[in-house]
Amino acid sequence: MRRFLSLGFVCCLLLSLSLTAQAQTNVTPPDDKSAYALLEALDVDSYRDKGEAITAVLQSDDERARDWLQALLDGRLQRSDDGRFIVVLDNSGRNWPVADALTGEPLGEMSRRELDRIGINNALRNQLRSAIAVVDLYSPNVERRRTSANRLLGEVDGELLAPINELILEEDDGQVRNRLSQAVAIYRTEQGEMEGVEALTGSLHPRARVALSRAAHGDDPVVADAARNALASVEQNLKINRGVETLYFGLSLGSVLVLAAIGLAITFGVMGVINMAHGELMMLGAYTTWMMQQLLPGQPGLALVLSIPAGFLVAALVGVAIERSVIQFLKGRPLETLLATFGISLILQQLVRTGISPLNRTVITPEWMSGSLVINDALSLTINRMVVLAFALVVFAGLMLIMRRTRLGLEVRAVTQNRAMARSMGIRATRVDIMTFALGSGVAGLAGVALSQLTNVGPNLGQNYIIDSFMVVVFGGVGNLWGTLVAGLSLGVINQVLEPWAGAVLAKIIVLVFIILFIQKRPRGLFPQKGRAAEG
Amino acid sequence: MMTQPPSSQFWLTCPFGERATQVFLGVLFAALLIVTVLHVAVPQGSPLHVNAYTVNLFGKYLSYALLAVAVDLVWGYLGILSLGHGAFFAIGGYAMGMYLMRQIGDRGTYGHPVLPDFMVFLNWDSLPWYWQGFDMAWFAFAMVLLAPGLLALVFGFLAFRSRVTGVYLSIITQALTFALMLAFFRNEMGFGGNNGLTDFRELLGFNLRSNDTRLGLFLATGVALALGYILCRAIVTSKLGRVCVATRDAEARTRFIGYRVERFQLFVFVVSAMLAGLAGALYVPQVGIINPSEFSPLFSIEIVLWVALGGRATLYGAVIGAMLVNYAKTVFTGVMPDAWLFALGAMFVLVTVLLPKGVAGLLQKQRRKKTPTITKEATA
Repeated sequence: MRRFLSLGFVCCLLLSLSLTAQAQTNVTPPDDKSAYALLEALDVDSYRDKGEAITAVLQSDDERARDWLQALLDGRLQRSDDGRFIVVLDNSGRNWPVADALTGEPLGEMSRRELDRIGINNALRNQLRSAIAVVDLYSPNVERRRTSANRLLGEVDGELLAPINELILEEDDGQVRNRLSQAVAIYRTEQGEMEGVEALTGSLHPRARVALSRAAHGDDPVVADAARNALASVEQNLKINRGVETLYFGLSLGSVLVLAAIGLAITFGVMGVINMAHGELMMLGAYTTWMMQQLLPGQPGLALVLSIPAGFLVAALVGVAIERSVIQFLKGRPLETLLATFGISLILQQLVRTGISPLNRTVITPEWMSGSLVINDALSLTINRMVVLAFALVVFAGLMLIMRRTRLGLEVRAVTQNRAMARSMGIRATRVDIMTFALGSGVAGLAGVALSQLTNVGPNLGQNYIIDSFMVVVFGGVGNLWGTLVAGLSLGVINQVLEPWAGAVLAKIIVLVFIILFIQKRPRGLFPQKGRAAEG
Repeated sequence: MMTQPPSSQFWLTCPFGERATQVFLGVLFAALLIVTVLHVAVPQGSPLHVNAYTVNLFGKYLSYALLAVAVDLVWGYLGILSLGHGAFFAIGGYAMGMYLMRQIGDRGTYGHPVLPDFMVFLNWDSLPWYWQGFDMAWFAFAMVLLAPGLLALVFGFLAFRSRVTGVYLSIITQALTFALMLAFFRNEMGFGGNNGLTDFRELLGFNLRSNDTRLGLFLATGVALALGYILCRAIVTSKLGRVCVATRDAEARTRFIGYRVERFQLFVFVVSAMLAGLAGALYVPQVGIINPSEFSPLFSIEIVLWVALGGRATLYGAVIGAMLVNYAKTVFTGVMPDAWLFALGAMFVLVTVLLPKGVAGLLQKQRRKKTPTITKEATA
């Protein structure tokens, strides 16, 4: 990504150098008299003459042409009572700041009455838009060229064809070249040319689709047939893209569910402790992110990275406090544990509400996480969701490693299977309890840090996820981390698949009912524990 | 858990239970009588006068108490911690609300003779099929019991048959009420969406806004509570109730002895749901509104707290708990609203950690101290 950007930057530099060189050698700057004549030609009554005048401005090679045309398009190109041409800089207030159109000198403020607007109609507006796009195509700025090439899709007419074809040969940037060829192909297709239809096959842009469907109803049966075929393949392609998008959103939602549930899978699944305050531990993680960004103003990225360990620590410490102060006294009474931790969740929520604010806090998304990755015209994937997905997988892998490969994991599994036996082998069960609970709570904190990038950070953040997370754990099979991963991701995808035809709320209800029925059928979840561990 | 004597000697321990029932009923009817007298006979302005607002408030508490008794029946005696009883309560309430909506007739804002206001607002042209019949009181009152009963029957049948118990059952009951809450929030469901049902006018011809109707509803709720209490008492002291307690304490063993545990669970669960529905139906005309927030998981779990605070498996403890917590809620939300959730949360923690048998446990302990010999005989 970054390499691509820097390449683009170099391109841009080279281009601008060559362009300025050109400007110095070839083009003699037009004197103000001819420029005045150009503008004067615009101020006529006939719209046809105006259109010709616009073309003249366009062909004048004047550097100010783009500004004039843009001002004309916006209705900001006006004429003062003494016959000077004026560009209104800001026409929102009562008195407008203005500048001379020719010299660019600011002329202070003028009132509406002193000025006379050069009017345009819709046809001219369209002409101006594509004219500006064409001017921009010569701009040294790659971004500007890309935008203008995008704008030209479906706006090309016979006059523009020749210059655009020329530009395609000269253009260095592949994206711009691609776009321009497409724009030409759309024009050709609209003219009923076979060549255009062939070039548009596989293009996902909506304008291309419009052109193809128009061609499909055209006079030439061969072209119409080809257009229909092309259209069918485009539709097919679109369907696939939509499928990929749904899958992506589903996986993204699923990754959030996995993050929320995986800590629960440890405390509930491994320790058998129902922690209804789990959601509030997530909330604390999210608030830690907010707090870090307050402490490091102007560096949201650094703050976010630092809040990963910080969020883990905060949630883990609070979790240990809960374990020591309440849960340890309720060993073997799961229903009472559920109630007590629910009470704690109420207290934590209210603490945040009175201590910080009942309103949502804004957590800034750092630049490297915002924006989206454009795959093609029909598909772009938002980067923040991708990062969260990757983060969820990393957290999952880390937990797997801890449970499978470390001393702590071994001890946790031993205590889970047979507490008395584990103790007699010299394992300090209480210490293991504390460590496990700290781990599960810390992961909740991590989930909160990730969530702060996707949703609002408020006192109710945890509440919204607690039922879903329990569903994921139960669906996947208690005490099975793989089950949690599979259950979380698949529930996310199911939800997103249902959403388009059922609506968000109904999709959620359907999923809940599905899980309720599923648990009846398989009370131990997707991946039930087998053997001795199952008896606990 | 209390040690239970063998069933042949059961009637020997019955007097204690009976006495508790007598005391409870005595206190309840005395309270109803006192409130009525203070409301009707004592002139306004006198410090002893109980105003209509307070009568209404007590009526609300009584319906909560009935709900708590229903939860205690399944949690205390069957060991099923339902985190979704609010759903049955709300469904009963909606059934009553639908009847009250139909009673409005053409006096609504839009003046439509049949359709409730919100349906006119949504541009519906006819009544959905499930609203049919709710203009008849007998049908609506039957639905108050049948609708929650049916939901409990289907849900319980599926759950108990596949032996979903303990924490799992708690979690899916919570999911059930959560799903219902989301569903009832939807306008398309035809239950008034976000706003629920409100603007009620009369019940069986009595104006709901008059003080006499309020007093009548208060008394009716009190009687319903008494009847519900007696019904639950009859269930738990019968042989059926003893199987329930056995299921609670050792489900597998009870099954091995030969009892079809799931049938007992299902029966008691359905009875409890119907009682909850009845409580909801008595609650709605007194507060004048029913909306989806009654389905919220928070409310359901709060009911459990009432029972835990009062003391589970006593029935009268549930009533005490519902009264205490809701009185505290009224006081707190009036004086310092921010502190209520702190207090509620603290109650959850303190009750479960320090007071596992609730207020009723404290009362029993006092009793035992006073008359140690009886306890010895009973537990021997």
